[in-house]
Amino acid sequence: MYGNDFSEPPEQPGARSLLDQVADAERDLELAAQQDRPTGTEDDYFMAVIAADQKIEPRDWMPEKYRKNLIRQIAQHAHSEIIGMQPEGNWISRAPTLKRKAILLAKVQDEAGHGLYLYAAAETLGVDRAELSDMLIDGRQKYSSIFNYPTLTWADVGAIGWLVDGAAIVNQVPLCRASYGPYARAMIRVCKEESFHQRQGYEILHVLSHGTPEQKAMAQDAVDRWWYPSLAMFGPPEGESPNTAQSMAWKVKRFTNDELRQRFVDMCVGQAEILDLTLPDPGLVWNEAEGRHDYTQPDYDELFRVIKGNGPCNRERITHRKAAHEGGQWVRDAAEAYAKKKAKVSA
Amino acid sequence: MSTTDWPLWEVFVRPRRGLAHTHVGSLHAPDAELALRNARDLYTRRQEGVSLWVVPAMSITASSPDEKDAFFDPAADKVYRHPTFYDVPEGVAHL
Repeated sequence: MYGNDFSEPPEQPGARSLLDQVADAERDLELAAQQDRPTGTEDDYFMAVIAADQKIEPRDWMPEKYRKNLIRQIAQHAHSEIIGMQPEGNWISRAPTLKRKAILLAKVQDEAGHGLYLYAAAETLGVDRAELSDMLIDGRQKYSSIFNYPTLTWADVGAIGWLVDGAAIVNQVPLCRASYGPYARAMIRVCKEESFHQRQGYEILHVLSHGTPEQKAMAQDAVDRWWYPSLAMFGPPEGESPNTAQSMAWKVKRFTNDELRQRFVDMCVGQAEILDLTLPDPGLVWNEAEGRHDYTQPDYDELFRVIKGNGPCNRERITHRKAAHEGGQWVRDAAEAYAKKKAKVSA
Repeated sequence: MSTTDWPLWEVFVRPRRGLAHTHVGSLHAPDAELALRNARDLYTRRQEGVSLWVVPAMSITASSPDEKDAFFDPAADKVYRHPTFYDVPEGVAHL
């Protein structure tokens, strides 16, 4: 499958899995690197590289708006990984079995790693990670709306894996082809690991939904609460998404928010059936003529409220991040002093 | 707010069956030892490699993309650097 064939419904027999698409993107990236680079100066060169589906690299010339836009997107992506450790971290000490606990620990460790890959990619654009961290803490940069919802039961950990990480993958697989090389490469790495997250979440829900009636009810309740916030993760609908057109022209984004949301809904319907759980949308029906599901849009007013800082857990998340940062200052100072002392001794 | 600014390290991993170290990414750490430990946790969680190098990013000098044509050009007009440039008389073996 190639580039824009991404819109092929995944439930078709023989359709490539998301992981296969990541592998395809990785192969294309390597092939693109072997092609001769376009010639030309500044803007000509930049546009020619993008037109040829090659990658812009850190030392290439790029329009200032491209750089700024990427810093914003990659940094907020990184912040989301870091803040995203909190809702799941909330259940580490209370995971119901040792196996689930070990898995959850590994997963949260991955999220930290994803944050670091992404901060490293952002830094190639000439910003400093410490500066980005400050911007997160004082609210100048955002993170994904989804992490402002609370994890109320163990089943929420399953719902986050299945729905939240599932939505993240649908969003991130096309980013494996983003025109900025360091971002595309980080996304390839992230998507491979994210796929483990999604499957382990699905397994949690599957075990619960085939367990006792209480476990099944808990799984259903979690899906009911996480469904719409997950749909909202794809961002505002067409016409209300200020960055989409430019991002698509620069081949940072490959699909609109609505296209990705539609794909996610189509994917989830079959997966929910096998879980024997229902998606909380009475308006969700197969549209034969269009070859896709009709569904009820999430509440975008709620999305904007959450993005502006007024969701259920916004203050808690940032307060926690800030406390960890400030409380850890003496440890960072100690590490730095020790490094200096050691450098002096060996000099 | 951030008073500490740890230096950036570039990380290279040699895969189990790989011949050479490959650049895999970068990270911040106060010193080489912690850079190595963090690189172990970050880039080899799934047995990606058997050897790690960390290098302070400050120590790396890169060629400039602006002058890449001029910089790499001399290679093109020295065709005699390739063995295929030379005529070999017919019948010569093991050459």
